[in-house]
Amino acid sequence: MLKQTPLNAAHRAAGAKLVDFGGWEMPVSYGSQIEEHHAVRRDAGMFDVSHMLAVDLTGADARAYLRYALANNVDKLTKPGKALYSCLLNPQGGVLDDLIVYFMRDDWFRIVVNAATADKDLAWFDSLAAQRGSAVSIAPRRDLAMVAVQGPHAREKVWQALPGSREASEGLKPFFAAQAGEALIGRTGYTGEDGFEITLPATLAVPLWKALVAAGVRPCGLGARDTLRLEAGMNLYGQDMTERETPLESGLAWTVDLMSARDFVGKAALANPPQRTQVGLVLADKGGVLRSHQKVATAMGAGEVTSGTFSPTLGRSIALARLPAGVTPEARVEVEVRDKKLAARVVKPPFVRNGEVLVKD
Amino acid sequence: MNVPAELRYTESHEWVRTESDGTITVGITDHAQEALGDLVFIELPEVGRRVEAGEAIAVVESVKAASDVYAPVGGEVAAVNSSVVDAPEKVNADAYANWLYKLKPANAAELAKLLDASGYTKIVGEA
Repeated sequence: MLKQTPLNAAHRAAGAKLVDFGGWEMPVSYGSQIEEHHAVRRDAGMFDVSHMLAVDLTGADARAYLRYALANNVDKLTKPGKALYSCLLNPQGGVLDDLIVYFMRDDWFRIVVNAATADKDLAWFDSLAAQRGSAVSIAPRRDLAMVAVQGPHAREKVWQALPGSREASEGLKPFFAAQAGEALIGRTGYTGEDGFEITLPATLAVPLWKALVAAGVRPCGLGARDTLRLEAGMNLYGQDMTERETPLESGLAWTVDLMSARDFVGKAALANPPQRTQVGLVLADKGGVLRSHQKVATAMGAGEVTSGTFSPTLGRSIALARLPAGVTPEARVEVEVRDKKLAARVVKPPFVRNGEVLVKD
Repeated sequence: MNVPAELRYTESHEWVRTESDGTITVGITDHAQEALGDLVFIELPEVGRRVEAGEAIAVVESVKAASDVYAPVGGEVAAVNSSVVDAPEKVNADAYANWLYKLKPANAAELAKLLDASGYTKIVGEA
């Protein structure tokens, strides 16, 4: 029996094609995932992301606990509402999950984790707190729904749809959140476009969704979510990195604070420079699609595609790949696609930001 | 469900139309395009290629996955529809109006083995 979000009936009514995503019944598209992708790059689209889990960490030791638990440094969060993207590591430096943490108050941080890893993360958070005797409460918020509205016109349409939201969120800088009534509005996203992610009580999800549709926001599914995030150079946990990889091998060195004296779980394991690094690939020809696990041949040895797809904005296939360290942008490589060896160009992601192609030929 | 009565079908979701000159026109069904999602790449055979019944003859690739298209009967490729190579989304828009290739069957008797509309409908109804 698949889990359903509060918006399940709305997806069915809109003719969504529903699939199993990490045990949740989610819309992969409502018709054309490519049209949905273009809607986000050009206008405004929205995603039901209620399958993800918000976890409220409260208590006197909240900050100290997170300083130790997370690879990125929550001491960067000094203003209430500020958010940080971080990996959660195990003691071997392997990635348990990637997440966003919001600083709400000195004794309250909110963490948003992936759907498929939520139970694992909660068990890990609990055991770590017990191990350290931390004075923290860890509360999964299964009573909350989440909607991501993304695109150049997204914020404007949210203000039309949600009373009180403009005053609360018009001044928000990227990676900040503010409370608007019962909703928490964050200027964050997984698409490379501007927009908001709105967390609110599950009972308010359907009225919000309907109001956003009325304001001209297009419902978008997981298919478009994947092509958008890949164009934006954003990793997908479980595909671009797992517990078997460190953040340094996954293009996520920028999310690990190794500069301060702070000790954190997995720090010792990250002492050595990685043998493999993550790069972007653009297929040279328009024919064929790069996909996970395809072998990549480079001048420095063999590698592997971690995530691949067709990029609607570029009109050709792109990928993230784990290659031997030392393979640099503009290098030419060969990828085994089905029964052929196709030429690809190494690039530094992102491929697209704010509607603009960054990796021109 | 869109399964035109005048066409014939294969279990691998190709549709077949027999032309007055004895050649057959082949495409993929509406069920197939729906299951695949947005098509981004179509690879068609060379004109003149000889194939056997059931042989993989073309590839349709969507964002989600690549899928082989099969020859419904043995024969020789007589023509291909290059307009869908430049615009694969046409096949999503109308799978029956946008054919993929034409074959000159080696043995017209093989056509009798194809499913009719109700036979194909039963297969996809059970899916």
